[in-house]
Parts: sequence; C-alpha cells; structure tokens
Amino acid sequence: MEIVHTLIGELPQFGKGVLVAVELLIGIMSLGMVLGLIFATAEVFGSWPVRLIVGCIRKLLWAVPQLVLLSIVFYLPFNLSPMVAAICALGLCSAAFQSQIFRGAILSIQSGQLEAAKAMGLGKFKTIIYIVIPQMVRFSIGSWTNELASELKDTSLAYVVGVMEIMRQGKSIISYTFGNSLVVYFFIACIYFCMTRMGTSIFYRIEDKLWVPGFKKRKD
Amino acid sequence: MLLKVDNLHKSFDGIKILNGISFDLKKGEVTVVIGPSGSGKSTMLRCLNCLTPPEEGQIWLEDVELTSSEADMNDARSKMGFVFQDFNLFTHLTVLDNVRFGPLRVNGKSKKEATDIALEEIERVGMIDKVDAYPAQLSGGQKQRISIARALALKPQLIMFDEPTSALDPELTNEVLAVMSALAKDGMTLLVVTHEMGFARSVADRIIFLDQGVILEKGTPDKMFTEPEHERTRTFLKMLSQLD
Repeated sequence: MEIVHTLIGELPQFGKGVLVAVELLIGIMSLGMVLGLIFATAEVFGSWPVRLIVGCIRKLLWAVPQLVLLSIVFYLPFNLSPMVAAICALGLCSAAFQSQIFRGAILSIQSGQLEAAKAMGLGKFKTIIYIVIPQMVRFSIGSWTNELASELKDTSLAYVVGVMEIMRQGKSIISYTFGNSLVVYFFIACIYFCMTRMGTSIFYRIEDKLWVPGFKKRKD
Repeated sequence: MLLKVDNLHKSFDGIKILNGISFDLKKGEVTVVIGPSGSGKSTMLRCLNCLTPPEEGQIWLEDVELTSSEADMNDARSKMGFVFQDFNLFTHLTVLDNVRFGPLRVNGKSKKEATDIALEEIERVGMIDKVDAYPAQLSGGQKQRISIARALALKPQLIMFDEPTSALDPELTNEVLAVMSALAKDGMTLLVVTHEMGFARSVADRIIFLDQGVILEKGTPDKMFTEPEHERTRTFLKMLSQLD
C-alpha cells in the first residue's frame, strides 16, 4: 500500500494540478464564450459577408481535432508559453461549440419579441443587450454547463504541451514510483469526477436562480 | 393632420399586396380598418412604421417624412405604438419591467420616472394586481392588456392595433375591447385592424374598407353599415354580421 502513502504525500502536487486545470478551464471557457458570443450574434444578425466569414472560421475550428490545433498553436513562431497556447487552442475549439449553443438559443427566442422591440423604436444593439442576451442565457445555460464539463475534461490535453496540470502530475508520480499506473490513473479519474460534479452543480444552481416562468426547466 | 399616407405600394414575391393606399389620420380620431383576409390590412399597418418598408409612396408623421432616407425611424416608431395580434411581450421580464421597458430603454427616462409611468399605465388597463407576474402566468386577454400598457408607456402619438383580439378566446376579447374603447374615450388616436364589427360600429369615427390592396371605401360607421357604396363592402359586412 505504499502507493497510497505516495498519493497522499503527493496531494499538494495534485492540488497544484487542480488549480492549473481550473485556471485553464476559466481561460478556455472565457475565451470560448467571448468569441462564441461574437460568432453567434454575427451568424444570426450579420450581413451576408460577415455570416460567410464567421461561418467558415467556425466550421474550420469545429473540424480540427483539439490535439491537432493545440500542437499547431504551440509550434507557431510566437514562443507562446504552454499555458497560453493551451488556452488559445482549446478556447478557439470551445468557441466553435459555444457559438452553436448560443446560436440555437438566440433562434429559440420568439422573433415576434424582436419585432416588438423594433416597433418600440429600440435599436439593434440595445435589443441584443436587453432582449436577446438575457433570454439566450436562460435558453443556453443547460447546454453550456455540458460544454463546461466537457472542457474540464479536455484540459487534460494541455498535458501534451507540458502544462503542469493533473495528468502531468500523475505522470511524474508514475515515473518515479515505477509503475502503479492503474492506481494513479484511477485516482486522477476520481479527481476529475469530483471537479465535474462540483462544477455542474454550481451551474445547475445558477440555472435555477435565473429561471422565470415561461422558460423550460432542466429535468434532474 | 397627425398621419398622412400617400400612394403606398408593396408587393411580396411579385404579388401586389398594397396598390396605392392613401389616407389621413386626425389627432384623437379612431379609425378602424376592415376587409377580407389577404386584403393587405396587416401589411398596411406594418408599412406605416416601416416594420415592412413600403416600395413606393410617402408617409408623414406630423411634418416628418418617415419614408425619406434621413428619417430617424427609431424615434418615429417610439411615437407610434404597435399592438400585435400575438402580444409579443418580453418573456423574461415581469409585467412591470415589460411596461417600463419603453420609457427606460427607448425614451431614456430614469428608473423612478419609468416606474411611475408604467404603474400608471398598468393601472389604466386594470392589471395593477399583476405587476410582478411573468407573461407566461397571464391569460391571453391579460397579456394583450399589458401589451397595450407597454405601448402606452412610450407616450405615443397614436397606437396601431393589428387584429388585437384575433388570438383570443371569445370570452377574453371583451376585456381588451373595453380597454381600447376607454382609450378612444380619452382622446387617443387609434388605428385598428379588426374583425370586431361591434367595436367598429360603436367606437370608430371612421371605417376604412380595404380590398385587394386598395381602399375601396371609407366613411362613418353609420354610412358604412347602413348604406355602403360598393357591393363588395355590403357583402363583406353582411357575411360578418351573419357570423355575429
């Protein structure tokens, strides 16, 4: 049972790994959200050249595997640190997914409400801020939480460019304890499981807080 | 003249919907637009605030030409209330927030002023006990009354109604028509597309009969209901009165 002692002794290292993973996740989801929102509003409300360009970028990002994009961004001649490269690459991929979540949510808003806003003399920008986004958030938060869970797991990909996240910490333990791979990986799996549960339960709570009559409720 | 419309034309996919519509609205006047479905009533209303821009013709709101390319359309729209058939209330906002939305976000009033205006208009449509409800918790008639309050809160110069009772169960239409009649009594300028002949007869100052994209006939309710000039007007009114 020496490995258990080792794991306990290494908990601070895993703790650091968890913090790095959370940093990555926040970076990826924030970048993905900002770009995703821009993509989604551009694809719904933009003129046709804007829609075309944004559509192409989004499809490209969607089609390339995260690992491939991560390697490309990392080896770009900008000398990006592993952390920055990972956030950029995975954030871009996430933007493609998040834009589709947001786009679907925007299209769920009854078009009559946008017309009503127009008929009141509300400009396009204010309509997006006051009518589209508040409803979009409520329509999309469920799927967005799924994307959060999925991205949390994908932070482990950052391991390949050398970010000291949870997988990387696990690998180093495996290498100096000569084996015990299965136990260590199982332990890592537990860490991810706990993080995912915690993350989703926070966002489910936010979803419940934001709910108003007239919107669907998530089924537990 | 509050609103002047001259020679309005509009087609969709090559089919002519409006074929030279001209009329005026005087301040404080109630004008009801009737006509068979497909005659262009809703399109005409939507052309007036350019929700559907007309292809040809001119519209003036007082001395501002809305059809000119320099017109500030948002400003004009805020002066022309619009009540939709299917209400189109903002689902994520309470009754109070729906009604104060216009003064707050369009007219740039302070929150306090906007709230005062909103409460006054909600009171006027008899919904003060529902200020904190969401649209999903209201009946169709209540929703439509709130959407009238929302239009009123902008302090418009006229309000247009696009078949405001057509989406309602018959027992709910009266509460909406009562609110509209009260507005008429208060001197609000109304332009109403409707099939409610009882309302047209008792509240309208003038009735416009639209058929195949043209105004076939207009006149006082008395004249239109008792001695219409055109056979088509007579047939249409007769058909509707049989339904009543």
